[in-house]
Amino acid sequence: MDFDFFFNNLPQLTITGLAFGAIYALIALGYTMVYGVLQLINFAHSEVFMYGTFATLWTVWALTGSGGASGMQLVGILLLALVMSMLTSALVALLLERVAYRPLIKRNAPRLIALISAIGASFVLAELMGLRDRVTGWFGLDDTLDRYVSGARINASMSGVVNMPNVDIFGIPVKTVDLLVIGAALLMMVVVDQFVRRSKLGRGIRATAQDQETAALMGVNPTRTIQMTFLIGGLMAGVAAFLYMLKIEVTKFDVGFLLGVKAFAAAVLGGIGNLRGALLGGLLLGVAENWGAALIGTEWRHVVAFVLLVVILLFRPTGLLGESLGKARA
Amino acid sequence: MSNKTSKAGGFRARVTGLPKPVKFLGWIVLALLAYALPLLEPPFISTPGVDFGGVLFVVTMYGLVALGLNIVVGYAGLLDLGYVGFYAIGAYTVAILTSFHANWPLLLALPVGMLATLLGGIILGTPTLRVRGDYLAIVTLGFGEIIRLVAVNTEWLGTSKGISNIARPPSLELFEIPHLNWDTGVPLVDFNDSTTFIEFGVLDQIPYYWMGLTVVILVLIADKLIKDSRVGRAWEATREDEDAAELMGVPTFRFKLLAFATGAFVGGLAGGLYASRQSFINPQSFLLLFSILFLAAVVIGGQGNRWGVLVGAVLVAYLPQRFREFDDFRVLVFGLALVALAILRPEGLFPPRRTVRAKQLEQELDELEGAHDGHDGEAAARA
Repeated sequence: MDFDFFFNNLPQLTITGLAFGAIYALIALGYTMVYGVLQLINFAHSEVFMYGTFATLWTVWALTGSGGASGMQLVGILLLALVMSMLTSALVALLLERVAYRPLIKRNAPRLIALISAIGASFVLAELMGLRDRVTGWFGLDDTLDRYVSGARINASMSGVVNMPNVDIFGIPVKTVDLLVIGAALLMMVVVDQFVRRSKLGRGIRATAQDQETAALMGVNPTRTIQMTFLIGGLMAGVAAFLYMLKIEVTKFDVGFLLGVKAFAAAVLGGIGNLRGALLGGLLLGVAENWGAALIGTEWRHVVAFVLLVVILLFRPTGLLGESLGKARA
Repeated sequence: MSNKTSKAGGFRARVTGLPKPVKFLGWIVLALLAYALPLLEPPFISTPGVDFGGVLFVVTMYGLVALGLNIVVGYAGLLDLGYVGFYAIGAYTVAILTSFHANWPLLLALPVGMLATLLGGIILGTPTLRVRGDYLAIVTLGFGEIIRLVAVNTEWLGTSKGISNIARPPSLELFEIPHLNWDTGVPLVDFNDSTTFIEFGVLDQIPYYWMGLTVVILVLIADKLIKDSRVGRAWEATREDEDAAELMGVPTFRFKLLAFATGAFVGGLAGGLYASRQSFINPQSFLLLFSILFLAAVVIGGQGNRWGVLVGAVLVAYLPQRFREFDDFRVLVFGLALVALAILRPEGLFPPRRTVRAKQLEQELDELEGAHDGHDGEAAARA
């Protein structure tokens, strides 16, 4: 136990933890919404996130060129990367719904088989990215796209593109990128929460989560609502992917797996199906993990996360805030 | 549809109608064929480029794990995403006792490993089984990962370097059995290529397969006995409706724990045998991915049907080895196959008879209701 280090760096550790937690929370949103509406674990959501990281990376690569960029130009590039990331993730999420879930939902298949279908889809998506050099090779494009597809199975990095300074807050040096990540994630969470609570589509989502048949009788199209759920989850995963790339700067075809597991754990921690629970769970998981890593050692980071999850579920078997996408007040 | 099922029913009726000795003989022949499979090395089935005996051994291990997990998922309806943790406990206990910290013979270490896993199942199950449904899935997933990460980070467990020189089963070198050779298109007995009965060496993996197959058969028999007993019925009742079962006087928690522990026991057995064959284990052998593959085997095969899950295990373990030509594309193709199977056979390849019957009944009810609602013309046309 390294208490000296822990207490001397407590503010920084907390802020970094919150930044990680914010990313978990954004991904957790996708899990939690799909679970709230369909009661199934969207195992492939991690790949939705992974495609977002690559969309960000490639957009930045394509637009910065060799000289790099700075000032307003860089801001523009980053905004475009964010949009591309959100679009890509949303597209993958919609595709997933169409191919891997809708045929099963229509037939009222057992829920476990939907999980298997999702696992299969997750393998396919991850491997397609991991074999992108081969896949483009079939079309003879691997030379033209060499920069983007070579080294398909190793890390791809955009480090050095964005250099953000540290700022001092009350005498504590804080990384700007952490603040940006936390702020953006909180903003997106509030937007989604208000959208689900106040808009007509959001009401449809809540109604479908409560009782799909009755909602359909009241004129809510279930297929479209499910699509919307996947779309929102995908968009948020895109934002998470963009923020992740700002913070970590490195991605790989299998980057989604561990993050997905963590994000799902965050969703469960807060109470799956509960949007505010996802936020709380994500932030809590991120901070606890970072504190634990500082106290016991970085190699125990993931153990801390899982132990926290298990302990909380033992005392609150439906998560911290309980499960309630359907029960959210209008 | 109904025509087809009645035909299948006819075949089943004819098989079950056979006199008992004939049936028994049939099982013996089937078992002998299974034992002889690696010696026959039939073309198309045997794996080019990889040792066929080794592949078959892995298939039997997956079969064993699938049978164990089937008790948890299929019979008791508890979604377990951390099953590989039990596999790891079994393997690590055997590894520690036979090589790392002691020098026990395998036949002593294996039962201890199984007991340790059983205990592990009870310790993990007691708190977690109060959690229901998908929460249970994530809690078990967490436990599976914790076990692996503890192994990675603990010096006493060999960290990520793993443990080597794990004891092999004792050999009994009795006689040599030649293989068949299909190179010329006709099967020829090849005396240059033979397997010693039973030598658990490094090169020839076939005796391990025989050992694995024997264990699978024993577990199958035990599985049938348990499933047809009061315990099996209690599991099914708990799976179908936990509250109703509790009201009917089934102590659901105790039976869930029993299912969890029994599944863990079988998983530990598989892990111990695997460690002994590999003679080397490290945490990489117990990734979360394997839990998922095990679950895929159970669900693809048809959860709740012991033969179905065996078929599922064969598919999951064997196909990626058989189609090594695809090499890099193996996982991709496997994923595609999972999606296709899920969409085409949502009940699994071989759903248990009870599920099939329930489905038929539902269909009949639907038809009756349809007729009742005034679709007389349609019903008449069908008749």
